[in-house]
Amino acid sequence: MAKATRREFLQIAGVGGVVFASGLLKGCVGAGPTKTTANGADDFYFVQLSDTHWGYKGPANPEAVVELPRAVEMVNALPSPPDFVVFTGDLTHTTDDDQERRRRMTQFRERLAPLRVRTVRLMAGEHDASLDRGKAYEEMFGPLHYSFDHKGVHFVVIDNVSDPKGMVGDAQIDWLSNDLKAVAKDAPLVVFTHRPLFDLKADWDWTTADGSRVIDVLHPYQHVTVFYGHIHQEHHHNTDHIAHHAARSLVFPLPVPGSQPNRTPIPWDPGHPGRGLGFRDIDTEPREPKYRLREVALGQEA
Amino acid sequence: MRLILALSLAAALLAGAAAVRAGEVAASSAAERVVQVTARRFSYNPDVIELELGVPAVIELTSLDRAHGFAVADLGLRIDVEPGKSARVRVVPDKVGTFPFHCDVFCGSGHEEMAGRIVVVAARQKPALIAPQ
Repeated sequence: MAKATRREFLQIAGVGGVVFASGLLKGCVGAGPTKTTANGADDFYFVQLSDTHWGYKGPANPEAVVELPRAVEMVNALPSPPDFVVFTGDLTHTTDDDQERRRRMTQFRERLAPLRVRTVRLMAGEHDASLDRGKAYEEMFGPLHYSFDHKGVHFVVIDNVSDPKGMVGDAQIDWLSNDLKAVAKDAPLVVFTHRPLFDLKADWDWTTADGSRVIDVLHPYQHVTVFYGHIHQEHHHNTDHIAHHAARSLVFPLPVPGSQPNRTPIPWDPGHPGRGLGFRDIDTEPREPKYRLREVALGQEA
Repeated sequence: MRLILALSLAAALLAGAAAVRAGEVAASSAAERVVQVTARRFSYNPDVIELELGVPAVIELTSLDRAHGFAVADLGLRIDVEPGKSARVRVVPDKVGTFPFHCDVFCGSGHEEMAGRIVVVAARQKPALIAPQ
């Protein structure tokens, strides 16, 4: 039997797809083959995983230890490897013990070793970095904020967690402004953060204290898309032309904003292990620019 | 002659105010009620603060362990709560309702559960003390 194409695999997996073009919802289309555009900006896809919370032990997921390896297996099973994988924070669950924090980070890295992807991009969540202001994270994984270019898209990783108040801060906002000076206003720009940059639900701490300042810096750019984590569920929102997409978690789902009095995790359902968990892949067409998001379930949804 | 002793709340009711007015204060006036709140991982005590409509109050927070925050998003109010210092916030509620607060300074595993609520109730009718003639 011939190996399934990527589109066929996704149909088999029963995942949903939706296209976000220029940061705005346009509707569903079929996935096309990878092609090289006139300006050399190839179509490509990448995978977003988030909120692993490696080291978590609790009732919200008594099988937490299996979720990351399961996700790695599923990414490896994709018909073609993504250009890169990005983890949008909370790689590890927080601990007061600095040695234990490093041990969890080491174990997290070990669990990624089987991932057959050329490039893995990491960033911190507050569970990784808030208690020590990112010290262990930087030692283990590198800088807390950075940027890179890939096939015509400029990517920026913004740290809104190493300050325990959930702030980006003046220095990083200045860095962002300078970083973007070389980016054309009509170029595709993708931002990765852990916490939402906008006030999704401030009384659940689902916000960034100075996120509006970051959005102000991004606003002049015509094609900005933000991918983030933190809220452990799929969520889509626009601030003007800037699209913000939250990813599911790899440990436990959190409630829909405002659906219950507090943000305690959705209780574990032994009849549907892993329900609400997952990751997404993102087909990217830099020339449009257009992003096709596919949500991939990790557990039993039905 | 009757001697009527009652607290007048009328002076505290501020016409036209849009919401609860809040701000940090250095000291409270004699008329203000002071509510003491302690913060420690991962709770506030008390975690329900009842205030009366139109009655000025000062919420005085003290941390028993490490840095915390006290944020009331619906009221646009936040303050740092650090060990060894009193953090004081003045509020004049002019809207009945429940306003959740939470710690917005990440403080460890359990931080997400560190929350409470301010409940603003209608001003109570104070019983009049009628002195015997």
